[in-house]
Amino acid sequence: MELSLATRTVGEHTVLEVGGEVDVYTAPRLRERLLELIDGGARHVVVDLGRVDFLDSTGLGVLVGALKRLRSAAGSFALVCDKEPLLKIFRITALDQVFPLHPTVDAAISADSAGAGA
Amino acid sequence: MATVKLSFSPAPVHVRTARLVGVAVARRAGVREDLLDEVRLAIGEACTRAVALHRQYGLADPVLVEMSDGGSYAVRVVDRAPIEAGIGLTALPPDELANESLTDEALTTGVGFALLAGFVEDLQVRPVDEGIGTEVRMVWPVGR
Repeated sequence: MELSLATRTVGEHTVLEVGGEVDVYTAPRLRERLLELIDGGARHVVVDLGRVDFLDSTGLGVLVGALKRLRSAAGSFALVCDKEPLLKIFRITALDQVFPLHPTVDAAISADSAGAGA
Repeated sequence: MATVKLSFSPAPVHVRTARLVGVAVARRAGVREDLLDEVRLAIGEACTRAVALHRQYGLADPVLVEMSDGGSYAVRVVDRAPIEAGIGLTALPPDELANESLTDEALTTGVGFALLAGFVEDLQVRPVDEGIGTEVRMVWPVGR
């Protein structure tokens, strides 16, 4: 399935809903969208992977890139994922220790707001 | 033993085709349904790595994927890049993954290898028998 990207705003947070396959072919489009959001001033970004059916190392690389960029801009970055096959990918690569991972968008936003001391 | 061979120009758009074919042949060979996600991911990672190496070295040669089901399901992904480039694969420890100085390329390579090693119990990365290049060989059991 083709990559789909949809953005919405929830308070201070920008939520990017990703669907379909994130791989070596489609990951550059995800990178571009994240850069557009960050360059456009988004500082608290939540990427919802709920409708992703495939994610490879290139996609993970793009997500780490966004995390680093937001961290250096005093922002925050969190992922929403509750699918076991995807969670296993994060565990195997040890990226579950790098990303804040939440089961729902609401959980990601409330954890992020609490963590920021807002 | 049945064999399916696929060779494709080293372009990212074809990696998805290789994944689809690889999973279709795995299913036909009798690989358990619950392993097919891992087969899909591992074939994708091996092909992504081969495409990246061909592009890095400006090689137009096709990437070869060979699938065979003689008692188990074996997949070979063969690239034609200089060997020293292909063998130097390492998984990265967690504290290095988000390290600022790590390039995106190195990160993706490290994560890709972690996925291959994590999902494929029977994995070999070795020089090809003839000529220049590396082969990634992955084997899964068939549950007949």
